[in-house]
Amino acid sequence: MTQSGEPLLVMQRISKRFGATQALADVSFSVRGGEVMALVGENGAGKSTLMKILSGAHRPDAGEIRVAGRKFTPGSPQQARDAGVAMIYQELNLAPDLSVEDNIMLGREASRFGCLLRGRQRPRVEEALDLLGHGELRPDAPVRSLSVGAQQLVEIARALVHDAKVIVFDEPTSSLTGHDVEHLFAVIRRLRATGRAIVYISHFLDEVRQLCDRYTVLRDGRVAGAGSLAGVTEPEIVALMVGRSVEELFPTVPHTPGDVLLLIDGLCGNRFPVDAGVEIRRGEIFGVFGLVGAGRTELLRCIFGLDAVKSGRVRVADVPLAPTPRAAIAKGLGFVSEDRKGEGLAQDRSIADNLTYSRLRPYSTLGWLRLGQRRAAVQDWMTRLQVKAQSPEQEIASLSGGNQQKVAIARVLHQDAHVLLLDEPTRGIDVATKADIYRLIGQLAAEGRSVIFVSSYCHELLAVCDRIAVMSRGRVTAVRAVNDWNDKSIMAAAIDVEDKPAAHSTAHSATVDANTSAESGG
Amino acid sequence: MNDTSSTNREASNDPASLAAGERSGAWRLVNTTLGPLLALAIVWLVFAGLDLARAEGGNFSKPRSFQVLARNTASVAVPALGMTIIIIAGGIDLSMGAAMALAATVGAYGFANGCAPTEAMALAVATGIAAGTINGALIGALRIVPFIVTLGTMMIFQGAGRWLAGDTPIRPPRASFAVIADFQSQYPDPAWQVFSTGVWVMLLLSIAVSLVLRYGVFGRYVFALGSNEATARLCGINVPWTRVAVYAIGGMFAGVAGIYQFAALGQGDPMGGVGKELRIIAAVVVGGGSLSGGRGSVLGTLSGAAIMAVIDHGSTMLSIGDMYQDILIGAIIIAAVALDQYRQRRMANSA
Repeated sequence: MTQSGEPLLVMQRISKRFGATQALADVSFSVRGGEVMALVGENGAGKSTLMKILSGAHRPDAGEIRVAGRKFTPGSPQQARDAGVAMIYQELNLAPDLSVEDNIMLGREASRFGCLLRGRQRPRVEEALDLLGHGELRPDAPVRSLSVGAQQLVEIARALVHDAKVIVFDEPTSSLTGHDVEHLFAVIRRLRATGRAIVYISHFLDEVRQLCDRYTVLRDGRVAGAGSLAGVTEPEIVALMVGRSVEELFPTVPHTPGDVLLLIDGLCGNRFPVDAGVEIRRGEIFGVFGLVGAGRTELLRCIFGLDAVKSGRVRVADVPLAPTPRAAIAKGLGFVSEDRKGEGLAQDRSIADNLTYSRLRPYSTLGWLRLGQRRAAVQDWMTRLQVKAQSPEQEIASLSGGNQQKVAIARVLHQDAHVLLLDEPTRGIDVATKADIYRLIGQLAAEGRSVIFVSSYCHELLAVCDRIAVMSRGRVTAVRAVNDWNDKSIMAAAIDVEDKPAAHSTAHSATVDANTSAESGG
Repeated sequence: MNDTSSTNREASNDPASLAAGERSGAWRLVNTTLGPLLALAIVWLVFAGLDLARAEGGNFSKPRSFQVLARNTASVAVPALGMTIIIIAGGIDLSMGAAMALAATVGAYGFANGCAPTEAMALAVATGIAAGTINGALIGALRIVPFIVTLGTMMIFQGAGRWLAGDTPIRPPRASFAVIADFQSQYPDPAWQVFSTGVWVMLLLSIAVSLVLRYGVFGRYVFALGSNEATARLCGINVPWTRVAVYAIGGMFAGVAGIYQFAALGQGDPMGGVGKELRIIAAVVVGGGSLSGGRGSVLGTLSGAAIMAVIDHGSTMLSIGDMYQDILIGAIIIAAVALDQYRQRRMANSA
């Protein structure tokens, strides 16, 4: 870690206002060459506004930016790129049908009189890929054929070819598998070693811990705290992010688990899960932890009948359950999808529609709806779950992520589900709403309902659940009472098993390894 | 809970949504409901103005002209009601023109072979329903996009009609269908009826479809399916069954439209539907229906059909050639969709 001279990137006293909202107030922020700076904060804290200013998409109302000692006033993302500031977003910006080389050189083609000089380009492309430690990527392979992780490398290589001095990674791991994340971290460490300044934006504080040198926390458009990561704990950073104490983050409601309500035995899906078996009790909050791609989502989907079940049994209150969503709903199961936009909610329909789609019967006679009655009922649910909206007729797309999630959960409660399958219910949601959801989960358990709570964030599971299962490569590898886990052991359980057999293939790309890793099951 | 203070607080987290929140109510009303009606009024006024400006003009704005407009609207609007349901459900039916012609041919076959009028008409409607059911079942069973399936069935229905008719329009004796001969006449027989029977049937069907879309459980499922099929599945909605029902109902409207076509021509022409499907789709799209599903309305579709009737009739009155009509209708379709996408982008940006 070399830290010398003036920081490569200096943003000084940046302010930005949108209408009545002060999006950024007096934010100062600097990153040295050879340093990875974590930029963390809740949704809406101002991270993306700050980065949009850096990338030239917005202009600051006040403040100054310097890159490598020179004043920097980008008028457009193009200008920012030319000045050596590159952004790597979670959604990739690649032309899938062009080759790796063409994508890397896009906009910077070596040409003379309109003719491509491939001979001149190729060494630069190879140099960039070598620098990233991935010289094995073939420059003429079409980008479409690459994994998401490799596509991200192409994007990073593009930044290198553009002589980027400052590289911003905006939630780069959200679509990556565990192994690709490791590779990405190795790449970022290499970039750091070359003296570039790296800004790393992530929700995952454990990643931040692994990778970054210093942190800056934004809250409500201001710097809430900054410093070296060496001296702080994860909950301390969370407390800075949300401006409240650690105890307030995870409210719990006392509840006692009863007899077994949901029994899963030898459940196999098309790929995942593999021979999954668990018993879940009434009034129990059952956590499922694992890395992305470990098969947690597939487990829930198989239980609910959304994915094909190859073999195995699901019994609810000792009655076998047919694998279709209709049957599952009829038997008292409710599923909240991790993908609110693509699956969980019909974005351009109203709150009322989304909340009641799974159970219109109370408001209908012979196929005709009593809308007034439905509206009143929906209003009740909105009040109960504190959904902030103008009216039940408001379109889902106009709600914040947290309020959308409350509607998705309200639907499951509205259909009177006794077994709730919650897939990443707190992802992409502000902390206040997260706390609401934890409290609600506790209340549901206290009412005697069972909750399966899938999450990639072990701290919330450790705080909220009664038992936690760890999944790896489609298998449930360990189930223990919550007191027998801690953040280290649970992470180790998820990663350890993941790494041994997965040395040659990542969980996502492998299709047959479910069988070869059978001996690691439990 | 009309708690505006809490919504404002919510919106204030995101500067873009603040402005959108204030505008969205009025903006949506103008766009989704009143927009097509407004467009209809403008198009009508333009033609009425041009017509009045002529020396021998003024006929376009006379009551008699409305009878023609209403009748011409009905022949597009009736199948377009079915298409509206299909498009809201996220589908498309390119075979609808062919299904209409097939239904008209089957009806004519019935009339020509001594069926009672009710029987012949029931045959036509049943033909439409069968055609739609085939579409819906194929789309579900083969998992092929509706565009391709209905492109194929378009040819099949057309060929089947030609086979049935012996490759020439079926002309039953006029006496056999006297009851419906005036169905789509310009000047209805009892004059107090003002508009042709076909127009009144169209209005009844329109009311029925709006009621189903708004108050029917089925209507909610149609919107759910078109808005997000994955959500519909997640909520336990029987997606395959709903889809078959959607296309079957669309086919039913094609069957009814076949009766209109037969009544207007006095013959069952298996080729009489060529190109009609595109006009039908255009009516829905101009009326605010989205080909990506989840949006569309009866009032919009009626306006869309009426806009095309106004252009047709107005151009004839003004002696504007066919080719210019085509150009005008084409331009309006593109403008309507451009407006629709502009609106969607705005909404996506403000969300």
